[in-house]
Amino acid sequence: MKYLVEINVMPHKALLDPQGKAVTNGLKSIGLTQIDQVRVGKRITLELEADTAADAEAMAENACKKLLANQVMEYFEIHVAEHA
Amino acid sequence: MKFGVVVFPGSNCDKDLIWAVERATGSPAVELWHKDTDLKGCDFIFIPGGFSYGDYLRSGAIAKLSPIMGAIKEFADKGGYVMGICNGFQILCESGLLPGVLLRNNSMQFICENVYLKAENNCLLTRGLNKEEALKIPIAHGEGRYFIDEAGLNELKQNDQILFRYSNEKGEISEDSNPNGSLENIAGVCNKSKNVFGMMPHPERAADAVLFNEDGMKIIKSILLEEVNA
Repeated sequence: MKYLVEINVMPHKALLDPQGKAVTNGLKSIGLTQIDQVRVGKRITLELEADTAADAEAMAENACKKLLANQVMEYFEIHVAEHA
Repeated sequence: MKFGVVVFPGSNCDKDLIWAVERATGSPAVELWHKDTDLKGCDFIFIPGGFSYGDYLRSGAIAKLSPIMGAIKEFADKGGYVMGICNGFQILCESGLLPGVLLRNNSMQFICENVYLKAENNCLLTRGLNKEEALKIPIAHGEGRYFIDEAGLNELKQNDQILFRYSNEKGEISEDSNPNGSLENIAGVCNKSKNVFGMMPHPERAADAVLFNEDGMKIIKSILLEEVNA
């Protein structure tokens, strides 16, 4: 079965995210002062063939650990859906 | 000692490095294409700076998959000397040959300027350096903020793996002399066995009297010390 996988890769919460900080300041500068703590990560989408959704998730997790995320600085979240 | 310099698509400090090494040794350095797996009998492999694979995904993340990196890992595991400069340091961290990671500079800016460094430990790369002197070496990076978790940092200290820290001209290490927000001003580290080295500053860009700065040459010459004395 074909699955559509969406992966969010985010900088660890304890780490300074200068990109997010710059975006926070930018939003404040255009009057959106209620917004705070912006953090910027990456969203990766991919398609894969697997027998079950659990297999698809395991495959995506392996891809994250080996290449898509660097766990020294990032964490990831995987969402698996059946391909329409 | 025979030196090799790896070239990836997007490397841009390879020629400077070859020039500096050849001037220091008086013998030719070998260019190694990233698709090769033969290290051509080199005793010391440099991974130069640049933007391998356009820094896609993360700096060094794609370069670590190049065929030559498998050979380099094997070579390093057997005690072979490997050194990464700037993007080369990022590649070695990504491939797990060196601990830690290089994050976006805390200023968000690409920084290209001379900084001062103090050598710290006493390994092949640093043993010939005066530990009281600050070396003037340029940096040129957007992602050079060294980070490692607390357990990793303790291990670096216990095993004496810190090569250089950012300092001021007088050699004083403080937050003011930290150009990019690196943890404890760390500018370069080595592995536990002290045969794999990485640093963000570019010694090869400070290795010619024409540029009025030869402090980088001191680092390259430290590698050759044994041979010079022999």
